[in-house]
Amino acid sequence: MNAKRRQRLVLICGLLVLAGIAIGLILYALRSNINLFYTPREIASGAAPMGQSLRAGGVVRLNSVKRDPNGVSVSFVVTDFADDVTVHYDGILPDLFREGQGVVVVGKLDDRHDLDATQVLAKHDEKYTPPEVVKALEKGGEMPHQYRFQLDAGISPQAIQSAATVSGLERRLDHQNDNHTATTD
Amino acid sequence: MFLEWLPELGYFALILAFVASCVQALFPLLGAWWRKPLWMAVAQPMAVAQFVMVAVAYVMLSLSFANDLFSVAYVAENSNSLLPWYYKLCAVWGGHEGSMLLWSLLLAGWGVAVTLFSKRLPRDFLARVLGVMGLIAVGFLSFVIITSNPFARLLPNPPENGVDLNPLLQDPGLIVHPPILYMGYVGFSVAFAFAIAALLGGRLDAIWSRWARPWTVVAWAFLSWGIALGSWWAYYELGWGGWWFWDPVENASLMPWLAGTALIHSLAVTEKRGAFKSWTVLLAITAFSLSLMGTFLVRSGVLSSVHAFANDPSRGNYILVLLGITVGLSLLLYALRAPRVSGGGAFSWLSREAMLLINNIVLLVMLLTVLVGTLYPLLLNALDLGQISVGPPYFNMIFVPLSALLAIFMGVGPVSQWKDTPFKVLLKRSGWGALAALVIAIAAPLLYDGEWSLGVTIGLLMALWITLPLLRDFIHQLRRAGLAGLRKLPRSHYAMVIGHIGLAVTIVGIVLVSHYSVEKNVRMAPGTSVEVGGYHFTLESLDDIKGPNYVATRGTIEVTHHQQRLRTMYPEKRIYVVTRQPLTETALSFNLFRDLYVALGEPLDGEAWALRIQVKPFVRWIWAGALMMVVSGLLAASDKRYRQKRRRVGRSVKETQA
Repeated sequence: MNAKRRQRLVLICGLLVLAGIAIGLILYALRSNINLFYTPREIASGAAPMGQSLRAGGVVRLNSVKRDPNGVSVSFVVTDFADDVTVHYDGILPDLFREGQGVVVVGKLDDRHDLDATQVLAKHDEKYTPPEVVKALEKGGEMPHQYRFQLDAGISPQAIQSAATVSGLERRLDHQNDNHTATTD
Repeated sequence: MFLEWLPELGYFALILAFVASCVQALFPLLGAWWRKPLWMAVAQPMAVAQFVMVAVAYVMLSLSFANDLFSVAYVAENSNSLLPWYYKLCAVWGGHEGSMLLWSLLLAGWGVAVTLFSKRLPRDFLARVLGVMGLIAVGFLSFVIITSNPFARLLPNPPENGVDLNPLLQDPGLIVHPPILYMGYVGFSVAFAFAIAALLGGRLDAIWSRWARPWTVVAWAFLSWGIALGSWWAYYELGWGGWWFWDPVENASLMPWLAGTALIHSLAVTEKRGAFKSWTVLLAITAFSLSLMGTFLVRSGVLSSVHAFANDPSRGNYILVLLGITVGLSLLLYALRAPRVSGGGAFSWLSREAMLLINNIVLLVMLLTVLVGTLYPLLLNALDLGQISVGPPYFNMIFVPLSALLAIFMGVGPVSQWKDTPFKVLLKRSGWGALAALVIAIAAPLLYDGEWSLGVTIGLLMALWITLPLLRDFIHQLRRAGLAGLRKLPRSHYAMVIGHIGLAVTIVGIVLVSHYSVEKNVRMAPGTSVEVGGYHFTLESLDDIKGPNYVATRGTIEVTHHQQRLRTMYPEKRIYVVTRQPLTETALSFNLFRDLYVALGEPLDGEAWALRIQVKPFVRWIWAGALMMVVSGLLAASDKRYRQKRRRVGRSVKETQA
């Protein structure tokens, strides 16, 4: 065997070993870092594992957001209109988090079957509902008409947005707009 | 009167551009095949014509935005009469249709650039390159015309005003991020076209790689720049203080970057040593295919992310078919035409070739892990096997050790010689560097924080191991030949040094910000104060203010450090009037060594607000390093040897092959 061939042989063996290591690493890392998605119904029926990181999604139930009066932690209910899951989160909710809109939560189930969230994801675009949430709602069953419309059309009608009033600012905005329409009328 | 016809004119121009691209694809390719000079000569004028027509369409769309033509559906969805004029012009690429138009414009622009700067290419080769670029343009222009017409009207009942541009996108970061990123994505089409042209013509040699190299490096520089801008934008605009989320769309831009990085290094070997020819071609095909895949992932709506818009599945399918055709045909061509046994001289395991080869392999393994992590969940979902997501821990777990491996060979590569490097020489060149790196890396965390940390030490070791041998080499050169010696070094050498040190700077930034960031989510009422990472933040007041198309609450925060007033910060929480969308406008106070980051969270009961306050040391280094890489790419492309006359190129290549 000449030098060039031997080099090529070493190269190929090296590549195979490297590829093997890489695939092994990938599989290992994948196995321990996958977050499975569960709907509230699946969580309520006990299908979701306890104490393991998972994702859950649905719609934030109206008037379910409760804040800790002394800190920044918050709890709210995520529903697929069949079952509910209470979520606890110690942090600041994203800008587009609203009652009555879709949300995806990453966290672990505690022994009360509540979800301790490490991350709350709300959509980045008004016109967009996360596909996981759409599926969860479809599986959940009893979806009110307005959501059905929203999901079918892929657009959220203004009616849904005004259902949720998150901050005083929005109220102020409403007020301003009312004034505005009043003067133009 | 004229105003009313703008969109139709634009659409007409698009169709003309499509026709031009068909001619540009067909005649030059067939002409090169049948050796008809007249047919080949069609390529350049058609590339220009296509560019002019797409530019007209682009200007028409911009004018439609500027003049608030809300009867155009795309304008109505992405603009509003209250939007400032500069955002109106940028709103052109704020949605799907317009960004595809921008994509086509840049593609045509690269085509014109090739015709302008490739006067010394052989005629048949240039015809093939432009022909392939014409084919790509056919695919994209037909995509725009058939599935994503930005000029579609909302008639007979046009809305009185538009829905407004997504507030997240109303930001200086948006003005530059997409065009720069697209420049990179689309730029790989040139490298791809060169590779396909070489395969078609059977002309796969060192000269080919010399032609392709500057184009590839420029595209790579733009892609790096675009990714850095996107990361920076996410950092200050999304209000989380994160700079990389392993979001599928970020991954979609990282994958072509990794392939492109491998490609520019492999091109270097092909140019200098004539080796790795088939490998280089394969990488060129891979880089462009991954750019297309990125487009598919972003545009098909299969992802949940910042970039996902409510979408029509036919578009995703169209791009998927386009992707399938491109990958399938080019791989088929590759299988048929790639050189069976690549030439090039033999090299030992301690040569620069070997180091570059190993780094190429590591880069591709990184690429593979990102690919698996990004596509696996999509695949499971498409097959209805369950919905999963692959989180950042997966990527971090794999990327950190692979980066360390990459850094090891990056340290040795630049100081080793082609063909073979005696071990003694290697030891002399990097031995002291290694020792110094080890000492500094162990001492630095102790000095900085008072506590030793393995992660920081490893990170700094990587960065110093890359940097120190390069510096030693510089000093050595200076001592031996003085300033004249430094001036004699080619620009591409400086480019390599800057690029590599740039990566080291980025690594330092990533490691330090990951280890030493402090974050606090606090409840604050006016008058209260809080301490984060040695800085005191006092909320002085909360005021209501009014912007052009939003209203906002603005906090006034005094920052003191060691009893000394540092500065006042003004974070805002805005609500955009038209979309009713809230937006966090972060307040930043930065210097080279740390960022103070304050974001208003949400109003709590009473006067109090939730605030997110962060101190992030060395976070700027991440982007500073990326900018150094951009500079290095542009510098490398401007190297003298790419501007030589054709005759000289031919000779010098003969010399290297001899």
